[in-house]
Amino acid sequence: MTMMKTLLTSAVASVLMVGGAQAEITDNTVKIGYLADMSGTYRDLAGPNGLKAMEMAIKDFGGSVKGAKVEVVSADDRNSPDVASSTVRRWLENDKVDMVGGLVASSVTIAATKILEENDKLGIVSGSAASSITNEYCTPNHIHYVYDTYAMSIGTPTAMVKEGGKTWYILTADYAFGHAMEADVTKVVEANGGKIVGSIRHPFPTPDFSSFILQAQASGADVIALANAGADTTNAITTASEFGVTQAGQKLAALVVFLSDVHALGTKVAQGIQLTTGWYWDMNDETRAWSDRFMEATGARPTMVHAGIYSSTMQYLKAVEATGSDDAQTVRKYMMEHPVNDMFAKNGVIREDGRMVHDMYLARVKTPEESKGEWDLYDIVRTIPADEAFRPLSESKCKLVTKES
Amino acid sequence: MSMIFGVPMAVLSGQLLIGVINGAFYALLSLGLAVIFGLLKIINFAHGAMYMLGAMVTVILFDALGVNYWVALFLAPVLVGAAGMLVEYFLLRRIAGQDHIYSLLLTFGVALMMQGVLTNIYGVSGLRYSMPDVFQGGVNLGFMFLPYYRAWVIVVALLVCFGTWFMIEKTKLGAYLRAGTEDAQLMQGFGINVPLLVSLTYGFGVMLAAFAGVLAAPIYSVTPVMGSHILIVVFAVVVIGGMGSIGGAIITGVLMGVVEGLTKTYYPPASSAVIFLVMVVVLMFRPAGLFGKEA
Amino acid sequence: MNPSGKSGAAASVQQALARQQQADQRRKHWLNAALLVLLLLAPLAVYPVFLMKILCFALFAVAFNLLLGFTGLLSFGHAAFLATGGYTTGYLLSHTPWMTTELGILAGTAVATLLGLGFALLSIRRQGIYFAMVTLALAQLVYFFFVQAPFTGGEDGMQGIPRGTLFGLVDLSDNLNLYYLVLAVFVGCYLLVQRTVSSPFGQILKAIKQNEPRAISLGYNVNRYKILAFVISAGLAGLAGSMKAVVFQLASLNDAHWHTSGEVILMTLVGGAGTLLGPVVGATFVVNVEYQLAQGPLRDWVDPILGGIFVLTVIAFRSGIVGEIQTFLRKNIG
Repeated sequence: MTMMKTLLTSAVASVLMVGGAQAEITDNTVKIGYLADMSGTYRDLAGPNGLKAMEMAIKDFGGSVKGAKVEVVSADDRNSPDVASSTVRRWLENDKVDMVGGLVASSVTIAATKILEENDKLGIVSGSAASSITNEYCTPNHIHYVYDTYAMSIGTPTAMVKEGGKTWYILTADYAFGHAMEADVTKVVEANGGKIVGSIRHPFPTPDFSSFILQAQASGADVIALANAGADTTNAITTASEFGVTQAGQKLAALVVFLSDVHALGTKVAQGIQLTTGWYWDMNDETRAWSDRFMEATGARPTMVHAGIYSSTMQYLKAVEATGSDDAQTVRKYMMEHPVNDMFAKNGVIREDGRMVHDMYLARVKTPEESKGEWDLYDIVRTIPADEAFRPLSESKCKLVTKES
Repeated sequence: MSMIFGVPMAVLSGQLLIGVINGAFYALLSLGLAVIFGLLKIINFAHGAMYMLGAMVTVILFDALGVNYWVALFLAPVLVGAAGMLVEYFLLRRIAGQDHIYSLLLTFGVALMMQGVLTNIYGVSGLRYSMPDVFQGGVNLGFMFLPYYRAWVIVVALLVCFGTWFMIEKTKLGAYLRAGTEDAQLMQGFGINVPLLVSLTYGFGVMLAAFAGVLAAPIYSVTPVMGSHILIVVFAVVVIGGMGSIGGAIITGVLMGVVEGLTKTYYPPASSAVIFLVMVVVLMFRPAGLFGKEA
Repeated sequence: MNPSGKSGAAASVQQALARQQQADQRRKHWLNAALLVLLLLAPLAVYPVFLMKILCFALFAVAFNLLLGFTGLLSFGHAAFLATGGYTTGYLLSHTPWMTTELGILAGTAVATLLGLGFALLSIRRQGIYFAMVTLALAQLVYFFFVQAPFTGGEDGMQGIPRGTLFGLVDLSDNLNLYYLVLAVFVGCYLLVQRTVSSPFGQILKAIKQNEPRAISLGYNVNRYKILAFVISAGLAGLAGSMKAVVFQLASLNDAHWHTSGEVILMTLVGGAGTLLGPVVGATFVVNVEYQLAQGPLRDWVDPILGGIFVLTVIAFRSGIVGEIQTFLRKNIG
């Protein structure tokens, strides 16, 4: 049904756009740039496999839009905003790139979106966590597709406080994203009648967490929240398991954790952890079918970021096809008007601030007994409806939103 | 409950013990660096990478061949030590006699290569490694829960440190080593194969790093970049102790673990910077470190 | 001059040496002039922002080389100056409406220079590896400060720094205008370093590098000279950082990270420490390698390749690209 609708709308749109429209796909190619960390800390959540996901989308789309060839260029951002900035500039100004996807580290993403805005091209951010990307750093030229720190730090605590986790202790990465998550968690926990009994800001990265885990243990809090990411989170979880945190009755909430992290930890160590995710490979037949193909191509199960890259590339190409244009504003407008309905999201809507709003899921890591395989890791406990999952526009500091009100 | 500067005594004791455990790690790592610098005057910036390699090899041996923890505890350091000897034989030997700075740059390059290649093969999320069953659980000390494994770490690390110190400073083999590296020609005259001695010494220093890596495998996330963060901290420890002082490296290692532990209790954000602060202060008053001999 | 009445042979050797020096000088002038023309025309062929990146790193390496190559001091903390320059300039340009770009850059340079003085006073009495380690430790403390300080934006970086205008007149948001400003500053600094190195002050630095005890016994206050060299080097590194912040319109923690200190060592060494042109060539080479590789099929292998370059340089080309060419020219052309 939805399929039919999309087809129809795109047919209608293309009829409307007939004449002159074809000329709007500049130089008769749609060029997509994939910029991500290919070799550093964030490699596994997007990285080389994200490029594979993007290429899968293009191939599934047929390799061309209305006779215009779809090409991909890619680069390693080396987690450096300088490298990102010069790469994106060259892509846009010399290589005629129309859309930039991937985008992981917040410094890289913010630098890239500034340049996209200057050149009026489109960016689709799939890897970044920082919710500031559609808040104080929003631009009319990008879309934040998969998840953000706000969604991640709202979902888990809300559910856990309701389940009886009244007192909280937060381990925060001493970085902007950590501080932002700490503030979000505090707000949610207190709003739901819980209490923050303590928090620690630890350096990023911290190799040994035993000291912090010990302090969290001593606090006697019901829940220990990990407002950090990457190796810090996995190290903290490993140490918590070693020090018997969960056996002693405390619960762990990991705020930003990816399938790749949980896979590295294994169910023995990570069991019982609650987390929020934007997508999981083993949710239904559609997700499984796509994940099987992804696994065939890469040897690993996709993270939510990989799925988001596939989905957003698909949406982008559909929009280009429907509008017959690769102009950033035309395409973005089309994408905002047409909800995402695919294996990644049902009825996902792109807001004016660029935030793609879709259902998020509260997951619990399975126990070794429950897990039937290496990648059988999550049990989806609850769906967090789209309108609860993301920061409401009424709280937005985005210039595109405040301007209007 | 008695309080020390606003922190309960029980918590503080726990933090101190944790500090000593981390210090034992630092001691083991800085000891290897001190052996390599003290005897060979090589500034081994590949030390972090060798530590990482020790942990990676442990996991890979287990996954591929089912080699268990106890065997890995010996096998992984030997393999990594052998790799270190290859680095010495093919690369470091070519710059013998040059300014030490070149050894720093060379080994830094080697470390980048090892990290980069392994990242491309294994990714950065970390490899899964389970703690051996004997170590499951821990003991409640009253002021903290001490996992058995941490207790094992502290005992074995300090034993290895002491053994190494004893061997180098107190035995005949150590005397040969020190003499061979100080006056190569003389020892060559006595019929001692000095180049081999140099290779073995470098290999031994690297083995210590790899041994620390094996100890780390069950408790830290095993990734190709795990060594790069710890590298400069360990360097700071060695410098504070006095470059080349074997005993100094061990004592300073434990000391810095404790200093860091206290910082993690009183002002956690500074815990990664405090060691550098200590280093600046120490070198202001003792230019060759706490236990180093002034040139 | 032949005061002691030695045989004419010595005199003629001296004359030949002088002639050779003149020839060398002439060759250098031609080379420099050719390079300048090349740089003036470069934006026609190469993307200006990329050229500016190279120039900023080249200046950074030239500054660093003044210490390593001409004074024999290995600083492992130069990232601190690059970042301090960048953050200061970035902060001023973002938050002070009347600040013109050149004032912002000057302020960044000044703060980095002061920081350099602080570093120098704390580290200059340490020798060799201890010196390297103290500068590393101080730079780590600076890094910690930048992580903590709210104005840096933490890991997000300081973004969207306005490029502003030169003297309130020339619009620097135009890449070409900015390019020629950066080029002018670079050439000025390069000439300054060239003059410094060949001045009596520079000769004393070289004497310190070759044999510090001898310089001391000749009655020089060695530490004062070293401090001055360090401060100049820090100031120029800060200037490089300030310009980089204006060029990219951002400053980030990457600049302050110790890897950046390592990278400038690589640039200097690859190009040739102790030669004037070496760091420029090295920076051009390294920035290019990094940039081109990150885009190409070897995209995921940049780090190991850089590592390989480190190893190869140390093993086979210890005097760097320029150093090796010089040796080759001396041997074959004279």
